[in-house]
Amino acid sequence: MPKVTYTSADGDVSVLEGNAGDSVMEIAVRNGVPGIVADCGGSLACSTCHVYVREDDLGLLPPLEEMEDDMLDGTTSERRANSRLSCQLTLSAEDNLHVETPESQV
Amino acid sequence: MSTNRGILIVGASQAGVQLASSLREIGYADPITIVGAERHAPYQRPPLSKAYLQGKVTAETLSFRTQEYYDKHDIQLVLNERIVAVDKAPDGSGAAMSASGREFAFSRLALTTGARPRRLQIEGADLDGVLYLRDADDAEDMKARMASADNVVVVGGGFIGLEAAASAQKFGKSVSVLEAAPRLVGRAVGEETSEFFLKAHRSRGLDITLNAKIVRFTGESGRVSGVELEDGRVVPADIVLVGIGVVPRTELAEQMGLACGNGVIVDEFSLASDGTTVVAGDCAELPNPMPRDGAPERLRLESVNNAVEQARNAAATVAGGRVPYRMVPWFWSDQGEVKLQMAGLSAGYDQIVTRGSVEDEKFSFIYYREGQVIAADCINNPVDFMAVKALLAKGINVPADRVVDAGTPLKKLVAELAPAS
Repeated sequence: MPKVTYTSADGDVSVLEGNAGDSVMEIAVRNGVPGIVADCGGSLACSTCHVYVREDDLGLLPPLEEMEDDMLDGTTSERRANSRLSCQLTLSAEDNLHVETPESQV
Repeated sequence: MSTNRGILIVGASQAGVQLASSLREIGYADPITIVGAERHAPYQRPPLSKAYLQGKVTAETLSFRTQEYYDKHDIQLVLNERIVAVDKAPDGSGAAMSASGREFAFSRLALTTGARPRRLQIEGADLDGVLYLRDADDAEDMKARMASADNVVVVGGGFIGLEAAASAQKFGKSVSVLEAAPRLVGRAVGEETSEFFLKAHRSRGLDITLNAKIVRFTGESGRVSGVELEDGRVVPADIVLVGIGVVPRTELAEQMGLACGNGVIVDEFSLASDGTTVVAGDCAELPNPMPRDGAPERLRLESVNNAVEQARNAAATVAGGRVPYRMVPWFWSDQGEVKLQMAGLSAGYDQIVTRGSVEDEKFSFIYYREGQVIAADCINNPVDFMAVKALLAKGINVPADRVVDAGTPLKKLVAELAPAS
């Protein structure tokens, strides 16, 4: 099962498991990780599931597509080189991903 | 003193779940019970007309939270129970009764009952194959029926209708949309956006009739076979989806004697007229959370955004806060390749500026009133959407002569024009 470690801006850590095919956003929302809002449920409409992905893990990710790229320009907390929208990060069974949630999503 | 029975949230909806989650986040320690009439654990509705209908997601993935979440946060979730009566004392406590006879005592009550589809009461309305789309069971039924349908007719050219029509087209169905009004999505978007949708959908093969006067549904052996118009034309149909808006579920509120208009009337703290019951989401008639000249003073908002934000506001009220509800309303609609994102409310606009290329289907209509940006309808243009949402929230204006230059990002203009803080 894929595993995701979420670290909040305050340093709170949640380690959660999901199912293959889940996105990093879905696992967070289902378990109520406070740093991920995801109002639009993964429709690329709100940019409130912004995460910073640990540099070592960037290679695991699907490529950034245009719409996500555009939406990342509108995040509330600053966009960085390792910024992604977690709704677009679909996981495979063996993935073990580490993300940091930003200070604010809205 | 009686035992504190905590809050009873009637309606296992987006607003209901958000209210419960927000209460726990802000430290509310009393019992929380959510009662829902459906058999499903609370789930997202927006994908039902889009990704779910297209088979891209399953019902399980639509659930908001795991059972472990509810357990861990001590939120009692009761499904399959429809609350039909409420007996409430002036102090806000009381008991609610379900259709099956279960009683739920509470110290505080919340209504997040949502809305139901408006029914089209014409001849043939009861024929098999005349469908509505609001909940997961509706969507499952429609998806199953679509497999064997060739002709799909959608009555109503609003968001649900156009989203479902675009989804049906993906399966290669022949799809007709019948809209009674002179334009599409008339209640929610400006005329220019309606015009754009008409062209965009027609160019993709959707058969759209405006000003459609529907007389009756025709049928054979109890099954729908077509939709008859006033001019005598019968549009063949294996299934008909009726999407002509929703009606807020106010029955309980009315029975409790709460003031109701177009929804349960609440103040800016999400309180109903009794001063104790909190209400959030599609069922509420609320003061405009972004008040200004030319905009309605009170309204009802049918959106995820309002369900979530108003529920947060209601949670703050329950926890003893008094925070007036203010936010920039926003909405999205995915219709095949066309993604609409709206920020603000365009009611009362006196000028529209087009930013970007309508022909290339990547643009924004920016709405002004007296020289001030009040809203935007953005097509396949999330960058503008996010920028307008942000500038509205901050109260920044971008003049029309600058906004028209699509080559300069709005974000940059906003940064230039923002008052130094």
